[in-house]
Amino acid sequence: MEFKKLDAIQKRILMEVADLHSVPEGAYNIRSDGQLAARSNSANIEITSKENGSGIDIRIKPGTKNESVHIPVIMEKSGLHDVVYNDFYVGEDCDVIIVAGCGISNCGGQDSQHDGIHRFFVGKNAKIRYVEKHYGEGDGSGKRILNPVTEVYQEEGSHVEMEMVQIKGVDSTDRSTIAKVAKGASLLVKERLMTHGEQYAASAYTVDLDGDGSSADIVSRSVARDKSYQRLDLRVNGNAACSGHTECDSIIMDEGRILAIPQLEANCTESALIHEAAIGKIAGDQLIKLMTLGLTEKEAEEQIVNGFLK
Amino acid sequence: MLELKNISFDVLEGHQEIGIIRDVSFTIPDNKFVVITGPNGGGKSTLARLIAGIEKPTSGSLFLDGEDITDKSITDRARMGISYAMQQPVRFKGIEVLDLLRLAAGKRVSVADACQYLSRVGLCAKDYINREVNASLSGGELKRIEIATVLARGTKLSVFDEPEAGIDLWSFQNLIQVFEQMRDSIKDSSILIISHQERILEIADDIIVVADGMIDRMGPREEILPSLIGTASAVGTCVPFSGKPASVPKIPTDENGNPIPKKNC
Ligand SMILES: Nc1ncnc2c1ncn2[C@@H]1O[C@H](COP(=O)(O)OP(=O)(O)O)[C@@H](O)[C@H]1O
Ligand SMILES: [Mg+2]
Repeated sequence: MEFKKLDAIQKRILMEVADLHSVPEGAYNIRSDGQLAARSNSANIEITSKENGSGIDIRIKPGTKNESVHIPVIMEKSGLHDVVYNDFYVGEDCDVIIVAGCGISNCGGQDSQHDGIHRFFVGKNAKIRYVEKHYGEGDGSGKRILNPVTEVYQEEGSHVEMEMVQIKGVDSTDRSTIAKVAKGASLLVKERLMTHGEQYAASAYTVDLDGDGSSADIVSRSVARDKSYQRLDLRVNGNAACSGHTECDSIIMDEGRILAIPQLEANCTESALIHEAAIGKIAGDQLIKLMTLGLTEKEAEEQIVNGFLK
Repeated sequence: MLELKNISFDVLEGHQEIGIIRDVSFTIPDNKFVVITGPNGGGKSTLARLIAGIEKPTSGSLFLDGEDITDKSITDRARMGISYAMQQPVRFKGIEVLDLLRLAAGKRVSVADACQYLSRVGLCAKDYINREVNASLSGGELKRIEIATVLARGTKLSVFDEPEAGIDLWSFQNLIQVFEQMRDSIKDSSILIISHQERILEIADDIIVVADGMIDRMGPREEILPSLIGTASAVGTCVPFSGKPASVPKIPTDENGNPIPKKNC
C-alpha cells in the first residue's frame, strides 16, 4: 500500500501523532493494523524488517546530520493486539530527529492494544531528539490501550531529548522507560500527560547515571480530569559523579487522582540528585485573573491547562 | 461611571463577624482619575476586589453606568468594561506574555501591537513577548505585565491596585507617564488607582482616603492632598537625608513625547 492510498481516518491519525500532512521527508515506516503500510529509506538511514517479523531495525549511519525518521503506527481494527519491537542503532556523531507515535481509532466493541518496545542504541557524541505522541479516538465500547516500553542506551558524550505526549483518547496506558547514561552523556525528558473519563495511565522511569559527568532531567507535567487515575514513578540512580533532576508537576480536576512517586538513589558521593513533585488543583487566583480578562471559568480552565501542557 | 452605595463586607473570624468594609459609598464619574490612599490594612484592596466581583458585598450595591452589577460575576463585569490590575499578580506555567495580552485584548492582537503595550510599561518587548508568565519573572516585571494587560483591554473603568509596588525608580517615572497619558486620553472612561505615591496623587482629580474599612475623607485633589503630604498616605518618590528631593532620572522621549524604552529594543 502506498502512502497516498491511506484513507481519511488514517491520514487524520497521522496528523495527530506525527504532524504529517503528506509523505514525510527522509526515511519513514508506517505501520497500519499490524502490517507494513509504507516505507522509505534514505542514503543514511536504513529500515529493515526483523527476520522473525516481530518489528523493524532502524540503522542510522555515523555522522548523519539534520535528517529525520518517522515511524508512526495506526490502528483501526477493533480487537487487534499488536506487539512490535523497534530497534534504533544511531551511529556516532549523528544529529537526527525520530518521530514515533501511535494513534488508535477504535469504533468497535473489542479492545485494541499496541505495545511498542523501542530500544535506542545511541553512539558516542550522537544527538537525537525523539518525539512520541499517543492518541486515541472512536466511540466504540472497545478500549484503546497503549503500553510502550522505551529503553535508551547512551554512549559517551551523547545527548538524547525525548518528548512524550499523550493528551487524548487513550483508555489505558502503562509506560515504562529505562535509560543508561554513560560518561558525559545527557538525557532530557519532557512528558505531557492528560487523562479523562475513567482512563488509567502509569508512567515509570528508571534512569541510571553511570558515567562521570552524565546528567538527566526528567520533567513530567500531567493533568488528571474526571475520574481518571495516574501513577507517575520517576526514579534516578546516581552511580557516578553525575547530576540528576526529576520534576513531577500535576493538576488534578474533578475527581481525578494522581500518585507521584519520585525516587532518587545515590550510589556515589559525587552524585547530585534533586526531585520536585507537586500535585494540586488549578490555583483559584489563576482562574480569577483570567476571568477578570473576560473569560468564563471554563475558558479560563482550558487556557490554564493548555498552557501547562504546552 | 461606577457607583458604590452603602457597601459593607464582613468576614467571619472564629465566631466573630468582622467588618472589613463598613458602609462605603462613592462615585467614580466618567472622565475622572481617582486615587484611593490610606493606611495599610485599611481595606483598599478589598474595595478593588469588590468592584471586580471577586468578593461579594455583605450589603449594599454597585452600579456601572446606572446598571446594578452587585450580582454580576467577575466575567460579566469584565465584559461590561471593568479591568483590574492586581496588587499581587498571578503567575502561570506555560502561558506566555503574548498569550496573556491576547486574552486581555479579547481579539487577535498583532505581535507589534502587543509589543507596544509592553514598551509603554517600560519592558523591552522583544525580551518579554515570548517569556512565560511564570516564576522566572521578578515581582516588578510581573507587575508591569499586569498593567500592560489592563492597557490592552482598554475598558471604560480601569482599576490598578498599587501599580508602583516593586517597580524600580526608572520604571516608576515611566509608569507615571503611562498614567498621565491614560489621564489625557481618558475620554468617557475612568481610572481608579490605589496608591500612596505623591506623584500619582498629584495627577488625581479626586482623592479618597480609606482607613479602618471606612472613608476617612474624600474630595477634589486640591482639598485632600495638602493634608496628606508628609504622611504615609502620600509618599514621595525618594527623599534623601537632606530633605531635598532626589534628582530624578530624565526619561528619554521620542518626537511624540512617548517614552523610549531603556534598552535598545
Ligand atoms: N476575605 C478576607 N478574610 C479575612 N480578612 C480579610 C479578607 N479580606 C481582607 N481581609 C482583611 O481586611 C483588612 C484589609 O485588607 P486590604 O483590603 O488588603 O487592605 P489594604 O489594601 O488597604 O492594605 C486586612 O486586615 C485583611 O487581612
Ligand atoms: Mg492592598
